Amino acid sequence: MKPEELRYAKTHEWVHVDENAEHAQNGQSLATVGISAFAVEALTDLVFLELPEIGKQVTPGGSLGEVESVKAVSDIYSPVAGEVIEVNQELPDALQWLGEDPYGRGWIAKIRLAGAADLEHLMSHAAYNKMCAEEES
Amino acid sequence: MTLTLTQTPLHAWHTARGAKMAGFGGWSMPIQYGSIVEEHLATRTSVGLFDISHMGRLIFRGAAAGSFLDGLLSRSISNLPEGRVRYALLTNHRGGTVDDVLVTHLRDAKGPFFLMVVNAGNLQKVLAWLENYQKEFAVGQADLEWQDQTHQQSMFAVQGPRAEEVVTSVCARNPSEMGYYTARFTAMDTHDGVLSRTGYTGEDGWELIVPVAAAEALWKKLFTCCKQIGGTSVGLAARDTLRLEAAMPLYGHELSEEISPLQAGLEFAVHLKDHQFVGRDALVRLAGERNFPRRVGLITQGRRVPREGYPIRVAGRVVGNVSSGTHSPTLGQPIAMGFVAQELASVGTEVLIDMRGREEAAQVVELPFYKRPGS
Repeated sequence: MKPEELRYAKTHEWVHVDENAEHAQNGQSLATVGISAFAVEALTDLVFLELPEIGKQVTPGGSLGEVESVKAVSDIYSPVAGEVIEVNQELPDALQWLGEDPYGRGWIAKIRLAGAADLEHLMSHAAYNKMCAEEES
Repeated sequence: MTLTLTQTPLHAWHTARGAKMAGFGGWSMPIQYGSIVEEHLATRTSVGLFDISHMGRLIFRGAAAGSFLDGLLSRSISNLPEGRVRYALLTNHRGGTVDDVLVTHLRDAKGPFFLMVVNAGNLQKVLAWLENYQKEFAVGQADLEWQDQTHQQSMFAVQGPRAEEVVTSVCARNPSEMGYYTARFTAMDTHDGVLSRTGYTGEDGWELIVPVAAAEALWKKLFTCCKQIGGTSVGLAARDTLRLEAAMPLYGHELSEEISPLQAGLEFAVHLKDHQFVGRDALVRLAGERNFPRRVGLITQGRRVPREGYPIRVAGRVVGNVSSGTHSPTLGQPIAMGFVAQELASVGTEVLIDMRGREEAAQVVELPFYKRPGS
């Protein structure tokens, strides 16, 4: 995934929507979700990741698991509504992927969208970067 | 309400190095410069340099200084030989803890004095406590005076198996001669200050107190020396993981106004015999009843970290709570300290820790989690 082509939630999750994915059924799109490089860098020292359960129904802001660093536990929030149909099973044992490739190998879950992809409330890459810059200052 | 945080003399240095800063005890402190685990492991394998200027530093002088402090501390310090350091607790009438402190008996050009180092967040409370008891004990100002020197000084800790090399580089007199928990008023680089062989990491090390004017130059010298031998500057996050592995209590977690030193397992620092002090009666009662929660060490086999406040259960009943927890870089697994009912505090007891709704098995283990080689 190229970070410039993704959409972002205020809570630092990214989402990619693939309308032609083989998993898509009945015109439903497939979204891939992960956490941004900014978030991973802010967390430092990752020790644990809990993936969401397959079959879980989520709405925007709903829980998609947890990531834990030495310092604190952080919830992962779904940016979209739908059903979790796949999770990155190997990721909890390979947390370094989050640091090395957060938009590729470090993907967290795939969600079959409930309806049309509603990404209007999510930020573009540029807007997300701006938000991060403001957060840092 | 906007709270302004006090800055240590090294604030600009920390921010220039990209440290994540946060408020702690009213001060803007470096939490981490990069990876917490790296800073932790550098301290365990080589040396870590800590800016601990935020700690409160009080100087007591006068003929009645020793006896005054004796009346407030869980152990006497009036009999401390010059050059010795003692850990003790200021206790309240319920036997709870006002603060845990280090008291050192030293001498400078003005004469003998006691130095008390207190937790940053408790400084104002301790000052008010002292003022109250000076009145209550009716100690005249001619016989007792104290000064808050916190803002006139900077304080650093150099900790680790190679700490000696770093401290030697700035001290005229050989610091390795110093026994553990001893201190000197001595020349360090350009200025005189207090050097003690003390620390909060479970490693060998020293703590240095110098006037503010000397702080930046001294820090830079110490840092350069650290870097040359695989060491580095260390923030408060790794300071916490280090002290937790060494099972050292942190005020607000293992000690508080409601938690007595007996509960926290600090009997060694409580002398009830032949020593009158504020809180003694309550502690005598507690020591007699023995029916109070105990501090324990806990480990789990998972990777989720038990955190402060997580309930501890046995057979469906809440029997205690976690007071501090982290991922231990040295052990490579989660470790925690907490308080459980007295009958469950023995090593090997199996408990469940409720981690945000998920119960995980944990075991009571012996403390500390880490002991430095050769100790």
